[in-house]
Amino acid sequence: MPLRQLCLACAFAGAGAAPLAAQGTGDDDVTTFTLDNGMEVVVIEDHRAPVVVHMVWYRTGSADEPPGVSGVAHFLEHLLFKATDDMEAGEFSATVAANGGTDNAFTSYDYTAYFQRVAADRLPLMMEMEADRMNDLALTAEDIETERNVILEERNQRVENNAGALAGEQISAAQYLNHRYGQPVIGWQHEMQALQMDDVLDFYELYYSPNNAVLVVAGDVDPAEVRQLAEETYGAIPAEDQLPERFRSQEPPQRAERRVIFDDPRISQPYVRRGYLAPERDAGAQEEAAALTVLAQVLGGSSFTSVLSEKLVFEQPLALFAGAWYSGLSLDATTFGVSVAPLPGVPLAEAEAALDAALAEFLEEGVTEDQLERIRVQLRASEIYGRDDVEGRAREYGAALTSGLTVGDVQAWPDILEAVTAEDVMTAARRVFDRDNAVTAYVLPDRAALEAPPAMAPTLGQPAAPAGLAPPARVPGPTPAEAPDEAGAPAEVPVDAAGTMDTPATMDTPTTMEGDDPADPAPDSPADTTDTEGN
Amino acid sequence: MLRLALALSLLALAPAARAQIAIQTETSPGGVPFWLVEEDALPFIALEIFWKGGASLEPGEIRGATNLMMATLEEGSGDMDAQAFQAAREDLAASFGFDAYDDSVAVSARVLTENRDEALDLLRQAITDPAFAPADVDRVRGQVLAGLARDEVTPNRIAGDAFWSMAFPDHPYGSNMDGTVETVSALTPDDLRAVKDMVLTRERVSVGIVGDITAAEAGPMIDALLGGLPATAPPLPAAAEYALEGGVEVIPFETPQSVAIFGQPAPSRDDPDFFAAYVLNHILGGGSFESRLMDEVREQRGLTYGIGTNILNRDQADIWIGSVASANDRIAEAIEVTREVWADIAETGVTEAELEEAKTYLTGEYPLRFDGNGPIAEILAGMQYQGLPASYVTDRNSYIEAVTMADIRRVAAEWLDAEALQFVVVGQPEGLEEAE
Repeated sequence: MPLRQLCLACAFAGAGAAPLAAQGTGDDDVTTFTLDNGMEVVVIEDHRAPVVVHMVWYRTGSADEPPGVSGVAHFLEHLLFKATDDMEAGEFSATVAANGGTDNAFTSYDYTAYFQRVAADRLPLMMEMEADRMNDLALTAEDIETERNVILEERNQRVENNAGALAGEQISAAQYLNHRYGQPVIGWQHEMQALQMDDVLDFYELYYSPNNAVLVVAGDVDPAEVRQLAEETYGAIPAEDQLPERFRSQEPPQRAERRVIFDDPRISQPYVRRGYLAPERDAGAQEEAAALTVLAQVLGGSSFTSVLSEKLVFEQPLALFAGAWYSGLSLDATTFGVSVAPLPGVPLAEAEAALDAALAEFLEEGVTEDQLERIRVQLRASEIYGRDDVEGRAREYGAALTSGLTVGDVQAWPDILEAVTAEDVMTAARRVFDRDNAVTAYVLPDRAALEAPPAMAPTLGQPAAPAGLAPPARVPGPTPAEAPDEAGAPAEVPVDAAGTMDTPATMDTPTTMEGDDPADPAPDSPADTTDTEGN
Repeated sequence: MLRLALALSLLALAPAARAQIAIQTETSPGGVPFWLVEEDALPFIALEIFWKGGASLEPGEIRGATNLMMATLEEGSGDMDAQAFQAAREDLAASFGFDAYDDSVAVSARVLTENRDEALDLLRQAITDPAFAPADVDRVRGQVLAGLARDEVTPNRIAGDAFWSMAFPDHPYGSNMDGTVETVSALTPDDLRAVKDMVLTRERVSVGIVGDITAAEAGPMIDALLGGLPATAPPLPAAAEYALEGGVEVIPFETPQSVAIFGQPAPSRDDPDFFAAYVLNHILGGGSFESRLMDEVREQRGLTYGIGTNILNRDQADIWIGSVASANDRIAEAIEVTREVWADIAETGVTEAELEEAKTYLTGEYPLRFDGNGPIAEILAGMQYQGLPASYVTDRNSYIEAVTMADIRRVAAEWLDAEALQFVVVGQPEGLEEAE
């Protein structure tokens, strides 16, 4: 395969210490600036290893798709690995690989991102190539036909073959009455089958432009050099003057609880899962989201010490697992979730009632200072551990800046979390636990098991209370990286490495299509651990 | 200190890239070898410990005991119950991992410098004096049983379990190390104690440490952590006999996409041709987009989202294994193309360009692995586990560079055998001939 050498050879040469118009930041290793064409840039320095992660994030995801073409944002993400006017199909990844690097891309509701991880001296080449495909994609009819089959197989693998993911799709669709978050990122199968070249190009031409993108460069780099390179590559691309203001149809007041019953023989562990519509983190206004983040930790952050585990797994052993989750990182209204997977023999209705009772008790009892302090300790530690993972930091900035937040918001977040009081948590809890805003789902192998009391029985008048889903938080498995759990509860990592406390927002419904890449090449069970060094 | 000296040139013809980290190979006062990389940029250490042996050491009648035991180590120790133990760990903001595998068990930890001794003492209690209280064992048992039930409806697991049981009918590798409903249901706290003393000892242990700690501090720390474990471990199991001769086995399962796992024998880690095979695998199916299989099956034909292969060097067997998933009406074609690629490479080898690109990728990618305390600790323990010297870090790329086209041709002809390739397919495949 011919590898074209994009000439940027001496890009670093002569990159002087151009004064940076860095905005004030709290983190002294983070530099930000904006190119003349509107492209925002974040540089995170970490000089421990001569490695760099280069990411371009577009402020466009599946929720920005027009009706009828669900999946087009993700389809386009795949097609960006095809030819441009300067490169052949596949040449992008081949060039990254031939330089010893790895590359991939992912799509979510609010963003689409492309990244490479390479030796730091290869950064110029990465920027040159990424800038090239921002504007100069050259698709063929055959690309569309072949790659459409690939995304349909991806949907087969992630969703059709995974009953828990199918359930998640139905639940999300019921959660949102009017917002595109109700449509799956990967798309509905029938709409994916009909995606055409024009659908893809319309999307590409409108949204792939520097004024709709955020560049994040993290690793062993000098911000002044990054700036010069960015001006030479991305800076040469004109801004898109037709770029629309970012707006999606919003949720109306929700006035009725929805209930979903999903059965499929491939569900081995029944569970109840409830999602409440909840506010997200907004620029300059992250306090309520912070309180909800802490609330999720208090209720479900630890499978040993959290309120729901304490009450449902330990005190009155009734559940195999009980959890809660929330991610405030979202452009529009997000969800706060609770779930419970009952022990064998416990009907889902009983599990739901116990969950509701546990939540009602919690609203009475409140949160203790001990609980809050334990969460704060872990939050502070996560700031330290998070520094060990430069790619995680890059992702945190990229996701935030494409979800309506600013660099200042990202940097203020740890302090805002730390400042959350017990009263804040309880106020947020009372507001969010509103059943009119909620979807309650029973997910099980066979609905016949629901027997006499109809699961759709009116639940009006019950105390606010959620249910949870999710399988054993930590089923010991043979492989280090186990497939997502069927019910998909956030595992027991209470605070993620990036220093936020967001749990993986997305249960099982693949809200992020990670990787255009194949899943792991090593099959599930035969994988082994000790080839870590490998060869 | 983590700084690696990289000398990559653009594209092909790159000289061997080098990873240089300052590995200290030490032995604790108590006689436990450990490897250390000092890195004081962040106030924590990452610790990784592997014990060779793992679930393959347990007798068949208590299959699943090692797995359940490792999962229950975090469920309380001494007079602390599970919740007290975890509250103590959370208060220290330490993280512990306990994992069981066929050939090994692993403990990993991340602890803050400010409370390192306290956190590691908690970890010591977990591995030397676990409570295994009946109620906690039962709760974790319930999680394991739920996992087994999920495996039964998960196509990848069904295929993997079938492949291994067919490949190694007379060896522990042939059965799922999580156990069966019967064996797991019957396990007692005493079984867990017995198996703990077999797999967690001071023998066959590999320790990697990275962080702001000196060798003088680390030695006594390791002794304190491991000192209470039994001094010796039982002998390792015998080599596993591979029993498959090639063909297609279909396991019917109602699902829209068929999942196939395929495999054949592979050279061992000690084989003089290992590196040639490793490079060959990258070209065949190891390197994501660039591999022959990805190109033919996905890029050219759109038959799958992903196909990959891997040389799996277990301690007692070596398998060239791969997987692919395609809609039920397309899996037959995916398998046919896979066989063709396999046969074609066996017969005609690879191109010069493919070989050069594979070597450039593999040598360039290697140093990028050393980017963080956690990953480096794991690499240090892994190298010791495999019996590699510390100098391997700097020499490794020269082994890749030394692979010639003649080596690739020889290894491809000698090892790759489309006829011997055994497929296990789970789903409702159409037009697929089952053949033994």
